[in-house]
Amino acid sequence: MKPVVLRGGRVIDPSRGFDEVADVVIQEGRVAGIGRNQGVPDGAEVLDAGGLIVAPGLVDVHTHLREPGQEDRETIASGATAAAAGGFTAVCAMPNTDPPIDNQSAVGFVVKQAATAGQARVYPIGAITLGQKGEQLAEFGELVGAGAVAVSDDGHPVVSGQIMRTALEYARTFGIPVADHCEEPTLAQGGVMHEGLVSTRLGLKGIPSVAEEIMVARNILLAGHTGGHIHLCHMSTRGSVDLIRRAKDAALPVTAEACPHHFSLTDDACDGYNTNAKMNPPLRQAEDVAAIQAGLKDGTIDAIATDHAPHHYDAKEREFDDAPFGIVGLETALGLGLRVLVEGGHLSLPDLMLRMSTMPARLFHLPGGTLAVGQAADVVVFDPTARWTVDATRFRSKSRNTPFAGWELVGRVVRTLVGGRTVFSG
Amino acid sequence: MTLDLGKDLLGLEHLSPEQIQRILDTAEPFKEVSERAIKKVPALRGKTIVNLFFESSTRTRISFEFAEKRLSADTVNVAVAGSSVSKGETLVDTARNLEAMRIDMVVIRHQSSGAARFLAERIQSNVINAGDGKHEHPTQGLLDLLTIRDKKGAIAGQRVCICGDILHSRVARSNIWGLLKLGAEVAVCGPCSLLPRGIEDLGVRVFRRIEEAIEWATVLNVLRLQLERMNAGFIPSLREYYRVFGVTMERLEHAPGELLIMHPGPMNRGVEIDSRVADGPHSVILHQVTNGVAIRMAVLYLLAGGRPELAESAKRAREGAE
Repeated sequence: MKPVVLRGGRVIDPSRGFDEVADVVIQEGRVAGIGRNQGVPDGAEVLDAGGLIVAPGLVDVHTHLREPGQEDRETIASGATAAAAGGFTAVCAMPNTDPPIDNQSAVGFVVKQAATAGQARVYPIGAITLGQKGEQLAEFGELVGAGAVAVSDDGHPVVSGQIMRTALEYARTFGIPVADHCEEPTLAQGGVMHEGLVSTRLGLKGIPSVAEEIMVARNILLAGHTGGHIHLCHMSTRGSVDLIRRAKDAALPVTAEACPHHFSLTDDACDGYNTNAKMNPPLRQAEDVAAIQAGLKDGTIDAIATDHAPHHYDAKEREFDDAPFGIVGLETALGLGLRVLVEGGHLSLPDLMLRMSTMPARLFHLPGGTLAVGQAADVVVFDPTARWTVDATRFRSKSRNTPFAGWELVGRVVRTLVGGRTVFSG
Repeated sequence: MTLDLGKDLLGLEHLSPEQIQRILDTAEPFKEVSERAIKKVPALRGKTIVNLFFESSTRTRISFEFAEKRLSADTVNVAVAGSSVSKGETLVDTARNLEAMRIDMVVIRHQSSGAARFLAERIQSNVINAGDGKHEHPTQGLLDLLTIRDKKGAIAGQRVCICGDILHSRVARSNIWGLLKLGAEVAVCGPCSLLPRGIEDLGVRVFRRIEEAIEWATVLNVLRLQLERMNAGFIPSLREYYRVFGVTMERLEHAPGELLIMHPGPMNRGVEIDSRVADGPHSVILHQVTNGVAIRMAVLYLLAGGRPELAESAKRAREGAE
């Protein structure tokens, strides 16, 4: 493999608190050296990174790649390509496919498809329960053996307290997190957006904040009781952030993620029955958005995850009640982070890289999230000042369902390298 | 401020007071059409209108149909049973097919909030919302306004309390917008489990006890309590609902002044309203129904590009000739 030298960029490596203008030398797919005036190995490609940011590739612990079963929305290859274009070098694929990823051969299929695609790395997440039905535990040992990095029934909350308790205990055996979609189903039933003034005006059934918070509280208590690592998916409310902050003060094994749409948008985006603003958990209110931003700043929320959820355009082209939940996120996440969090003064650029790369890798015990010498060269190079307008028709993802079409975002990905190999060049 | 209604009538939330006033004023001459021996004017001759009902309705559908026929439009009724999700074509396909038949107007009733707007954004024809989910039912709101104006002389200054299941009611929402815009004070009254979150932020008062509402109001608009609300657990029983929230003769005796009783129908006698009240001297329920036809004629006429100032002068000229 041809060596690469990224010359003279601002190198930000949150894993080591490193933030300096330097050269990064990549050889044999690994970081070979970082510093000023590094030599150029024979035959190396030299990329002038002056004015650009060089950081560990972004890591997303929450994507839906839809394969197997819903390949008209996304495939592992198209999703991994979209990820690379968005600056991600690794993504975790949720198991709510058709059939669900609840056994070792299904995990093996995802690993094989990802290897064939040769884009961003794809780490499978196995199901907590067989068929994601919430009844019988999947074989965590075999899932992990085949390559799963976590378990989740995402899309469906784990309703039974007993199943969640056992899952947390059993997952400890293998050292993997249990990621839960926190939603008390009887409170959320039939809801299509946040319950509040906007839902009242639009006459749409609401999903109250407490539907999320009750399950967040239960999961925190069970994590404390079992010592198992609970990872709370896509936190959306101020109450959830408060609960997690208290859990962390008590040093419980609790981690949490938040999505770009939850730190960028309120339920006002649903006005006009915009089905591209329909997601679960729903867009909340300004006070919730502020709490998510504050949580990302103080570390209550460990990581930013996209919850990338592709849907065919037909599915969103219908009555709000009948449209599916979810939006694509891989190709807008970095731009929203830079625009809303960094430009908005909530996070420094190194802190954004911490939340989008180092922390997610650490939570799920993944390689990456670092530029330490000797580690695989999973790297993103981006221009932190370039402004661009979101045009969904240009996404690499097979789907276009985004509420950010027409938004001006910040930060253009110039290069994404996975294991020292260029997978995206913009 | 434009008085033009635009292409569609989707709700009262986004209309100006002047636009609402214009519809009410336009309805006045149309009231008279229904009183004639030959109940027909040629205003919409040659126009084709589809009444597209995804949800069952008797009163609203018939009222629209009479309004259309009395304006000489050609009408087709389409009743689509069941949810559009479970069977049949999507709403967008339905819309495209209607468009391909070169119709002029669609009156739509649908179980999903926002469905009328969804249709309006996808076809060139005029769209009239005849009730979408829990969102709005603008012609009902308008006919309620017209009825209050007929009976009280003015809407501004009235104290109107909407009673019952506000949470699931499109009639309540259209009434709240219309009444507030025309200067009435508005309150809602019902069990807290049937009041939507944030309702006070719309600018309405909340009464938890019907006795307080009766003491305060000059108009009571009593909503139908859907029987399925009890099965869904929003209230324990219809019996208790009547005991706590029923509008009864005994309760009305405590009204300080002349209280107007309205109901959008269909009524559950002995659930939300006492029969003696519904049939009593304060009830204007049938007057609402009569006004419904005139309001719908006015809306159809205005959306079709009619200019009521000309119609009025035409009417005066005709009266002069007689």
